[in-house]
Amino acid sequence: MGKLWLICIASISILLPFLCNAFSPETPTDRRVLVLLDDFAIMSSHSLYFNALKSRGFDLEFKLADDPKIALQRYGQYLYDALILFCPSVERFGGSIDVAAIVNFVDSGHDLIVAADVNASDLIREVGTECGVDFDEDPSAMVIDHIGYAVSGTEGDHTLIASDDFIKSDVILGGKKIEAPILFRGIGHAVSPANSLVLKVLSASPSAYSANPKSKLSTPPPLTGSAISLVSIVQARNNARLLITGSLSMFSNRFFRSGVQKAGSQIKHEKSGNEQFLTEISKWIFHERGHLKAVNVKHHRVGETDEPALYRINDELEYAVEIYEWSGTSWEPYVANDVQLQFYMMSPYVLKTLSSDKKGLYSTSFKVPDVYGVFQFKVEHQKLGYTSLSLSKQIPVRPYRHNEYERFIPAAYPYYGAAFSMMAGFFIFSFAHLYSK
Amino acid sequence: MATMPASASASDLLKSFKLKTKQQELLIRVSILCLVYILAFITRLFSVLRYESMIHEFDPYFNYRTTLYLTENGFYDFWNWFDYESWYPLGRIVGGTLYPGLMVTAVLIYRILRFLRFAVHIREVCVLTAPFFASNTTLVAYFFGKEIWDSGAGLVAAILIAVCPGYISRSVAGSYDNEGVAIFALLFTFYVFVKAVNTGSLAWCLASAFGYFYMVSAWGGYVFIINLIPLYVLVLLITGRYSMRLYVAYNCMYILGMLLAMQIRFVGFQHVQSGEHMAAMGVFFLMQVFYFLDWVKHMLSDTKLFQAFLRITVTSAVAVGGIALGLGMVSGYISPWTGRFYSLLDPTYAKDHIPIIASVSEHQPTAWSSFMFDFHILLFLFPAGLYFCFKRLSDATIFIVMYGLTSMYFAGVMVRLILVATPAVCLISAIAVSATVKNLTVLLRSKNKVVQTGSTKGSGGSKSSSKALLDQSQPFQKNGAIALLFGAFYLLSRYATHCTWVTSEAYSSPSIVLAARGAHGNRVIFDDYREAYFWLRQNTPQDAKVMSWWDYGYQITAMGNRTVIVDNNTWNNTHIATVGRAMSSYEDEAIEIIRSLDVDYVLVVFGGVTGYSSDDINKFLWMVRIGGGVFPVIKEPDYLVNGEYRVDKGAAPKMLNCLMYKLCYYRFGEMMTEYGKPPGYDRARGVEIGNKDVKLEHLEEAFTTSNWIVRIYRVKPPNNRW
Repeated sequence: MGKLWLICIASISILLPFLCNAFSPETPTDRRVLVLLDDFAIMSSHSLYFNALKSRGFDLEFKLADDPKIALQRYGQYLYDALILFCPSVERFGGSIDVAAIVNFVDSGHDLIVAADVNASDLIREVGTECGVDFDEDPSAMVIDHIGYAVSGTEGDHTLIASDDFIKSDVILGGKKIEAPILFRGIGHAVSPANSLVLKVLSASPSAYSANPKSKLSTPPPLTGSAISLVSIVQARNNARLLITGSLSMFSNRFFRSGVQKAGSQIKHEKSGNEQFLTEISKWIFHERGHLKAVNVKHHRVGETDEPALYRINDELEYAVEIYEWSGTSWEPYVANDVQLQFYMMSPYVLKTLSSDKKGLYSTSFKVPDVYGVFQFKVEHQKLGYTSLSLSKQIPVRPYRHNEYERFIPAAYPYYGAAFSMMAGFFIFSFAHLYSK
Repeated sequence: MATMPASASASDLLKSFKLKTKQQELLIRVSILCLVYILAFITRLFSVLRYESMIHEFDPYFNYRTTLYLTENGFYDFWNWFDYESWYPLGRIVGGTLYPGLMVTAVLIYRILRFLRFAVHIREVCVLTAPFFASNTTLVAYFFGKEIWDSGAGLVAAILIAVCPGYISRSVAGSYDNEGVAIFALLFTFYVFVKAVNTGSLAWCLASAFGYFYMVSAWGGYVFIINLIPLYVLVLLITGRYSMRLYVAYNCMYILGMLLAMQIRFVGFQHVQSGEHMAAMGVFFLMQVFYFLDWVKHMLSDTKLFQAFLRITVTSAVAVGGIALGLGMVSGYISPWTGRFYSLLDPTYAKDHIPIIASVSEHQPTAWSSFMFDFHILLFLFPAGLYFCFKRLSDATIFIVMYGLTSMYFAGVMVRLILVATPAVCLISAIAVSATVKNLTVLLRSKNKVVQTGSTKGSGGSKSSSKALLDQSQPFQKNGAIALLFGAFYLLSRYATHCTWVTSEAYSSPSIVLAARGAHGNRVIFDDYREAYFWLRQNTPQDAKVMSWWDYGYQITAMGNRTVIVDNNTWNNTHIATVGRAMSSYEDEAIEIIRSLDVDYVLVVFGGVTGYSSDDINKFLWMVRIGGGVFPVIKEPDYLVNGEYRVDKGAAPKMLNCLMYKLCYYRFGEMMTEYGKPPGYDRARGVEIGNKDVKLEHLEEAFTTSNWIVRIYRVKPPNNRW
């Protein structure tokens, strides 16, 4: 009996790491993804996208958005690493999910993909607002582009647009250039000027505007030109990654498969860029790319190995940090030549570019300035698409101790001479005064 | 014991032990001194009795913290201590910016007690250091009084100073501040210097140099000594009282004292480089000129020639001195007078130029009532004593007169300097009391003596003839003398009652624990400060930075053990002004400053619930002034309405929305403080607050003590998604 228990416990303890193959600082790629749908038809109409995710190892769980049993967390633990909201028309989430729950989900470091669409519900708009984007307030507005539309069989209302105005970042969109334009049909949004973190990944062309295609345009449209964002991303301060788009159909099989020809362009692409674009960006969203970690921050005096509790002014010191990038499966050395270290007290006293050994180790050495106070080693590495690294370590710098100054200084020799000659003179004088008649 | 009447059988035996009059007097004197010594100590224990054995107020907490550091880490670490928990991120070189005398003294006492196997805690030693030194001061006062007048005056001086409220205010148990030992050192130095002038002995000079050294190590008030003594010497020179004794005493004391004082890191080369110390140096050179002239006069027999020589020497000496001083000032070698020194000479200076000095309550000019409160009858005895001193002028009485007059002036300029004046006032008053009582008793006893012996012994000897004359002229003299004596004793007993009452009611409050009378006359204790600091200690990260107005800096580091931005060592005006600016800005502007200083918590003191009036809202205008002095974007009129400072509905809009207002009154609008008043009624200012709906964006309430006196807010991290 006892043996059985032992085996049980042993097997659990061995299996446990495999059971909990969730998101962790060690393997930052998401694993468990909750997909909330308006109806299960989307599962089949968007199957290409979902299958691409599944084939990369994600564990997708499909639920109806108004399913009363859905919950993001149980017993204080989050059940999922990421959330995909493919439910543009839901008015109220089922279960315990509401906007605040989603915001908390993101604020505790989890990722989110939101796809709105024409007639997006207030709920989805609210989620968008929390993420720093404002969808067009007119519920039936769509992005219309009479110049950059996608050529199709029937002369439509130019709401199916072909856009190729991407953000220039290999980290976000992958190394391979996206040749074909992206097919988009949906609602446009503007990024909130107050939000410094939201980025437009796919912008509309300058000729686009957002309006109701069925009604006549009586007032100037509120959103025009490249201010309209079609797809935006946010990397939150805790490195949670968010994707917001105004088109659910851009994820659909139909758009993935259809060919595209941009109006005015002669090139007809066999296949739209949607699949490549969305796959690459979901790799970024799910931390398969551009995720950095900094470990082993070390600093010590030159010639020593132990980290001191505080430095003295004018000490020579060495600083080293290891930075790795997650490749989706393993930690690879991060290679860059612009990682900088600040030795900071209210303003940087020392600002040095760290030299890299191409194996992830960044190091430098410098002299502590001749100023005492509480300094910080600061590495603020914020690069488009990468995790923002913000390391700061407080270290006090003290002045010299009383016995660390030079004992004798040449400039003072006249004074030493004066003192000793005075003493000698006094002695001789006293002697002469006392013992002479 | 031996003087007590014994039974008849033993009386013969005892007769052989009977003491002579002189010995009896000595015995009485010694026992009086012992009683005074004990009295001075125990009257200062009211604070322990009323509250508990704890450190009081603000500065003593810093002293206690440094003393603790000294006991734990030894002297060299203390000397080189760089404290990175205060003045974040600048830090403070504690070893080089404090007067170590107090801490070293306390640790020495602690070590001695430990050596004698008394298992005391350093806190107890710190609490009792000031009373112990007050007891020692009474002894010094006795000897000083004896030196300048006679032993009777000395005894009276000892008694007066033992209970004088002006001194007790700074030396109750728990008031572990520099002044506690410094007044002892001050009086000791003066006494030994007067002794040296009277005797001309090198040994006393040496003692006074060491006394001065101790004073320099203990308190910045040593500047008073180094200016008063030269002034005194100058007066003696002018009044033609120059003597070899004076020459020896001053030169030896000045040179040795200066060299010794330079060993204190905080003082360093100030004796030769600072404008405040130049008077002493000038007088030193003047003494040499005087000595030289004396010698020349001795050598030259021709008076006319000497007069010419004198004129040339004096003019050239003054000219050389003046040029040297001018060159030193211009080249910057001699630093100009500091603001504190200026504000002593010109009481309006600080108000116009240095708000940070003017903002401290103990730097305000003294009100008449506080003179009355602190000196009581001494205030009337002081001029009488001066009269007696002038009647019997000597080197010693000139000194005490000068000490009394200058310190009285300074006491009028700043409340806290009443302390410096107290020993002089006690000594001079003691002379008045002693001389009056002695004259009266001589009158009472003279008749018998004149009849029986015709001459009186000792004290009244020289005056007996005049007494006899008076005797004949005034028939009711004896009765009058008795009445006057009773009057004097009545006054003195009133003094004793007053002193005891003041000590127990006014000067024993630790100000960190507040006491109030409840509705039924019971005592209510508000222990909010310690509650808040303990919360900080227990619930915040070890390296958390707390921003508060500088008043609470020492307490937060000592009791809360957390890093502060500014504290009571107001050495960096800009840093304090930055905090003042943050407190008086709107929240979104303040948060920029708060983030730039890496602040994690903001602490405010608020008295609206309890009616505690020295809270941050009442100090707020000083924050505005100090902040505005460095950052002109902060303007005082923005916070006032028609020059009036108010917090109710009619308050200035900037006032109602600045950070300090928000932090103090957050959620206060919902609270009922007093029956029959609307919610949000501020009891400290007696108004209903103007902005009841306070919303905080970047800060959140972390802790509020049970009586709302201390409120702590956490700085929220920047929004995750924005």
